Amino acid sequence: MSEDRKVGCTCSCGEEVSEQELLARLDGVLAEYRDKPGALIPVLQMAQGIFGYLPEVALKRIALGLNKSYSEVAGVVSFYSFFSTVPRGKHLVRVCLGTACYVRGGKRVLDTLKQKLGIDVGETTPDRQFTLEVARCFGACGLAPAIMIDDDVHHRVKPNKIELVLGPYRNGEAAKAERKVPA
Amino acid sequence: MPKLTIDNIPVEVPEGTSVLEAAQKAGIRIPTLCYLKDVQAIGACRVCTVEIKGARTLVASCSQPATEGMEVKTNTRRVRQARRTVVELLLSEHDGDCQTCNRSEDCELQAVARELGVKDITYPGAKAARFRDTSTPALTRDTAKCIACRRCVTVCNNVQGVAALWAQNRGFKTVIGPAFCQNLDEVVCVQCGQCGAVCPVGAITEKDHIAAVWEALDDPNKHVVVQTAPAIRAALGECFGYPPGTRVTGKMTAALRRLGFDGVFDTNFTADLTIMEEGTELLMRLKHALVDSKKGGNGHKDDHHTPGPLPMFTSCSPGWIKFLEHYYPDMTANLSTCKSPQQMFGAVAKTYYAQKIGKKPEDIFVASVMPCTAKKYECQRPEMNDSGVQDVDAVLTTRELARMIKQAGIRFEQLPDEKMDAPLGISTGAADIFANTGGVMEAALRTAWEIVTGKPLPFENLHVKPIAGLEGVKEASAKITGAKPEWSFLEGAELKVAVAHGLSNARKVIEAVRSGQKQYHFIEVMTCPGGCIGGGGQPRLTTNDHRLARIRAIYEEDEHRELRKSHENPAVMQLYKEFLGQPLGEKSHKLLHTKYVARTRV
Repeated sequence: MSEDRKVGCTCSCGEEVSEQELLARLDGVLAEYRDKPGALIPVLQMAQGIFGYLPEVALKRIALGLNKSYSEVAGVVSFYSFFSTVPRGKHLVRVCLGTACYVRGGKRVLDTLKQKLGIDVGETTPDRQFTLEVARCFGACGLAPAIMIDDDVHHRVKPNKIELVLGPYRNGEAAKAERKVPA
Repeated sequence: MPKLTIDNIPVEVPEGTSVLEAAQKAGIRIPTLCYLKDVQAIGACRVCTVEIKGARTLVASCSQPATEGMEVKTNTRRVRQARRTVVELLLSEHDGDCQTCNRSEDCELQAVARELGVKDITYPGAKAARFRDTSTPALTRDTAKCIACRRCVTVCNNVQGVAALWAQNRGFKTVIGPAFCQNLDEVVCVQCGQCGAVCPVGAITEKDHIAAVWEALDDPNKHVVVQTAPAIRAALGECFGYPPGTRVTGKMTAALRRLGFDGVFDTNFTADLTIMEEGTELLMRLKHALVDSKKGGNGHKDDHHTPGPLPMFTSCSPGWIKFLEHYYPDMTANLSTCKSPQQMFGAVAKTYYAQKIGKKPEDIFVASVMPCTAKKYECQRPEMNDSGVQDVDAVLTTRELARMIKQAGIRFEQLPDEKMDAPLGISTGAADIFANTGGVMEAALRTAWEIVTGKPLPFENLHVKPIAGLEGVKEASAKITGAKPEWSFLEGAELKVAVAHGLSNARKVIEAVRSGQKQYHFIEVMTCPGGCIGGGGQPRLTTNDHRLARIRAIYEEDEHRELRKSHENPAVMQLYKEFLGQPLGEKSHKLLHTKYVARTRV
């Protein structure tokens, strides 16, 4: 990998950081967790914080660093829907399809989002602004249907008002979601 | 010692015994699928479900410890119905191709369904997604047949310490496979086939070489010879209904002749040859470590290479070689440079033997019968063509040979006992024991000891007891006394050896050596538990009882021989005289020795 290769860091810090630099941060995490039992999931969470997603190069580094097989690491990553192996957009839009949201129109909200953003579930818009995912229950059943954009929960979302919800994120007006990124 | 009743039969078992094992002791059979004696008892498949008085739900008997006063029922209406439902649900997902599946004769899922009287599948749901992985030379995976019992995962991770397989994704979309459901060749897999050996269905099987062998046999321009590994003769009978541990060497030879092979030979011949080369190599390494390096400079300038470091590892087992190349690439110099007996055979058959019968290497087809799937991979390694063409053309597992014999309509049990052809079918008892853990070491010691001291190995009946048996890591040592003058530097030295089988045990030994905790001169490693007799190509299902029975048969085979030391093999001596010159000589070097590559872990 080349030293000067820039990757779009999606941790919403706005800066462009080289892959080399991100891997160095990951090595710091690995050094701290190397001998701790049960380290895999916390390390994966932090790696996703560093890279914005879990690229192959990071996963292989984690496998070596924690002395685990790549297949085991991949097994854990593919088990939990929280982990993503593809780059995510600047904003993560999650539509709740839990029972309450579903019966109160979550599916129609999702269909509208797909249409407005021009992407399917699990995909990212070409401008890398939005990633669309489905989720099960944010604990906001009484205010269904609910969606989450980054760390904000939006209640009683109506399909014909979706653009109003998305607007501030498109314009960069919404408060930047804080994510924990180890220095 | 808890006392309990199972179907009203009182039974007393040691603390920690499962209900399943207690039932077996009481003479009651409980069907299982994911359970694997001594290896896995995780209650994943729920087929072994039983009713226990006072328990709210049915209980998986394989993972439930028996306790004092427990009242177990294994044959109630509720139990029978639950088991049947479990199997019906498994069958509803299982895209088995049962008529053409190579497991159709010994499929455990099919057997359990029959046993439980499943007549209909009342759950017409989605089938598991089909992905066929044919990326490796040794194994074929078919995800649509997988029932996610996790036996392969447990064996690959816990027994072999390779961890190529793991559960990927979740729920209905679970795939048991390599990282992100890729091909096996994209992760570290040593192709030992222990996964396929424990698979209850046809989800992981050996890659078929039967067609290639038939094609060669049908080709009038090919001179087709076959070599059989020593472990075959102690297990092939199981495919024809003989009990484990039945020696069928003579019938196997007759069957191979009837299949049409032009020469029926023995990997044992080159096992003896391996001992000549590897035993000499060990002595050279010892000499280099004890004498030459102390003198300073390289005392072996005239030789073809400088002897490698100690400890020396055996190199007969291709899964082990690949394991070391991936996980300890800095230690490849410790591997004996000797090719495995299979590959030595191919190289000798296509040179020495080819000259003898006046054929070109390309007109000879060498088929192997191996207890092993990794041998299919080994014969395709790019280094293995020293005769000018690929030295070994096709590798059949024990199971594949049995299938060929059945395809040919040969009644195995009615065959007479026949003898193998000369010269590549002549061997000694030292070669037989290559089949089991501890055997290569014992065979090497029988010869090396005699070279150094001129006297037989000082163990009763030539068996090195401490390194026999199924203990994972075994050690032995012997003080060298009465060394001949040319080996006087070894006088009084304590020769220390270790033996490991199952790659997780190999890792233990390597780690102990690397940390300086242990010191050995020579270490034997066999990839599979029990050695080759428990290989990934042997008849299914191999338990420790099978391993012990097969090992017993191999030792009997050895003890029935007149010649039991490799250096007494007259055909091998003739090979050196007529063709090779001497062990580690120039020609040996070209044909019988090899190089290794450093690989990565991810």
